[in-house]
Amino acid sequence: MDSLQFFGAARLVIVAGKGGVGKTTVTAVLAQAASDAGLRVLAVELEGKPVLEDLLANTSVEVMTITAPEALSDYLDTHGLKRVSKRLATSGIIDVVATAAPGIDDIVVLGKLKQFERADDYDLIVVDGPAAGHAITFLMSARGLLDTVRGGPVRTQAEDVLEMFHDPARCQVLLVTLPETTPINEVIETAYAVEERVGVQLGPVVVNGVDLGEPIAIIGADEHLMAAAEFRNHRRASQRTELDRLSNDLALDQIVLPQLPVAGITPVDLAAMVMALLEQIDRLP
Amino acid sequence: MTTPSLTALDVVIRDAQIVVSCGSGGVGKTTAAAALALHAASLGRRVVVVTIDPARRLADALGLAEGLSNEPTRVQIVDQPDTPGELWAMMLDPATTFDGLVRQYAETPERAERILANAFYHNIAGALSGTQEYMAAEKLYQLHRDERFDLVVVDTPPTRNALDFLDAPATLTRFINHRLFRLLMLPARKGLKVLNVAAQPILRSIGKVVGGEVLADAIAFFQAFEGMETGFRDRADSVSELLHSRITRYVLVASPRHDTVEEARYFATRLAESELTVAAVVVNRLQPRFGDATAEEAEEAAVLAEASGRHQLGALWRNLGELRALADAEEAVIAPLVADTGATAIHRVPLLADDVHDLSGLREIATHLFRV
Repeated sequence: MDSLQFFGAARLVIVAGKGGVGKTTVTAVLAQAASDAGLRVLAVELEGKPVLEDLLANTSVEVMTITAPEALSDYLDTHGLKRVSKRLATSGIIDVVATAAPGIDDIVVLGKLKQFERADDYDLIVVDGPAAGHAITFLMSARGLLDTVRGGPVRTQAEDVLEMFHDPARCQVLLVTLPETTPINEVIETAYAVEERVGVQLGPVVVNGVDLGEPIAIIGADEHLMAAAEFRNHRRASQRTELDRLSNDLALDQIVLPQLPVAGITPVDLAAMVMALLEQIDRLP
Repeated sequence: MTTPSLTALDVVIRDAQIVVSCGSGGVGKTTAAAALALHAASLGRRVVVVTIDPARRLADALGLAEGLSNEPTRVQIVDQPDTPGELWAMMLDPATTFDGLVRQYAETPERAERILANAFYHNIAGALSGTQEYMAAEKLYQLHRDERFDLVVVDTPPTRNALDFLDAPATLTRFINHRLFRLLMLPARKGLKVLNVAAQPILRSIGKVVGGEVLADAIAFFQAFEGMETGFRDRADSVSELLHSRITRYVLVASPRHDTVEEARYFATRLAESELTVAAVVVNRLQPRFGDATAEEAEEAAVLAEASGRHQLGALWRNLGELRALADAEEAVIAPLVADTGATAIHRVPLLADDVHDLSGLREIATHLFRV
């Protein structure tokens, strides 16, 4: 697949996966690669952690943080509650509102993302999705609100977000996982849940931290050398097994990103990861 | 003073009555908790391990394919039936646990049912952030008082912030006793109808945004809850006290990545502010080391071997060098955590060749945790 075709598939891409699978890394790599390809890219972070900003500092990618409490208070401000919004925030009544209509905090965040998607300031918006198990709730918030809220601006917002989800040319979800048993099980479960319950288009599954390479020939040598090679071969083989299982159980294309030779990605490693991503995109049908 | 032949974790599982396993998501917290519990059972303790992770990792690791319930289930240690202690496991169901509290503290069964049927209550029990953490702490409190067990190991929810667990009882009680809402409720006490409460300007504006029914549910909830606050608050205080007491020990779990290490250090600082200490630190999934050669020496050996045409030997050295370089990079990442908590508190678990999915896998983890 041509890389511009890949990055142009949908304007809004939400990167989702369990904690520790490297969602933020994948978000940064995608954003950087798209930006290198000449697109105007916005990378969005939802938890107020500085990692994404650090990774993409000094690049042409714009980085923005949208947190739920801020988005909610903005939303109430612009919907006739400006006079009391300060009191709402300081009194904590805003938590009561968020509890009364669960998902309202998610929907206001999605509403903001939808605004960016509709506007023409960016060609691609990549979102570092919410952490640990929250992804489904986040994506389900629109549908859930339609059941609880019968009318008014929140309902309209939810309907608009749902419409965007159902249009694969506007929004896609990229699931990220690791080549290990539990993460692979989880990504398969999540993929089915997202497709059935949210109805949003899934892009290729990104498998992060794969130790690529052919088996090392084990010849008679120092015991440590042999043990190290056996360990490496065994890890690679079990990763291969997990990748095959993923292909069998989930009919989605795969993007395999290499394990970095360092612990934790830095801006320097980003370039290497971008190269790896482009190679993988090239191999997509 | 600890006996030199015991690791920090050994001391924890011999002395503690409660062990809390905390750290970011994906670091192997659940597996570490299960391995600790299994080892404690092998020392004769009657252990119950509580997990929250919806991915059912613990269930996988304990070979419980059908999953866990909100009540402890005895784990059959089939591969070592002569284990002197007992291992029990359960998966927390926050909503059921919350329902139990409401039934316990409601003045009458009718009032409890009114609350349990309320839509706003369902949102609190099911979706409010902090509820899961509080219910984990509440369950810990119940199990601690349960005669069947002498050690409770709790795996904390994968929170955005590790300190949510410590603060959860206070946060949730504050929410339920919401002051402003209670002020708004005042007319209701004098016998006025729900609708009149909803007519207050601030509530009317909120109602316009989220819808009238949603607001009416919230008001009905706060009215039904009236009078239960004291019982709830006292209970939350007891739970909080237990979390802050000396019989509860905290084990931090991290992986060799900047973010999980920083999260662990942050939690250690927070514990220190409450005059609590980290009993032990587990760093999971470290690259194993093979031999003593440094990464540079291995690389030199690889170049030498290749220069003399011995390419296979060169490849072996290169592999060893790559693994060693990764291990060194990881050690640098965890160095600040080691410096903070002291080298003796750190327990390193290497990246294993296979994923843990059964009791023997847990036992292998335990071997690394309890190796002096």
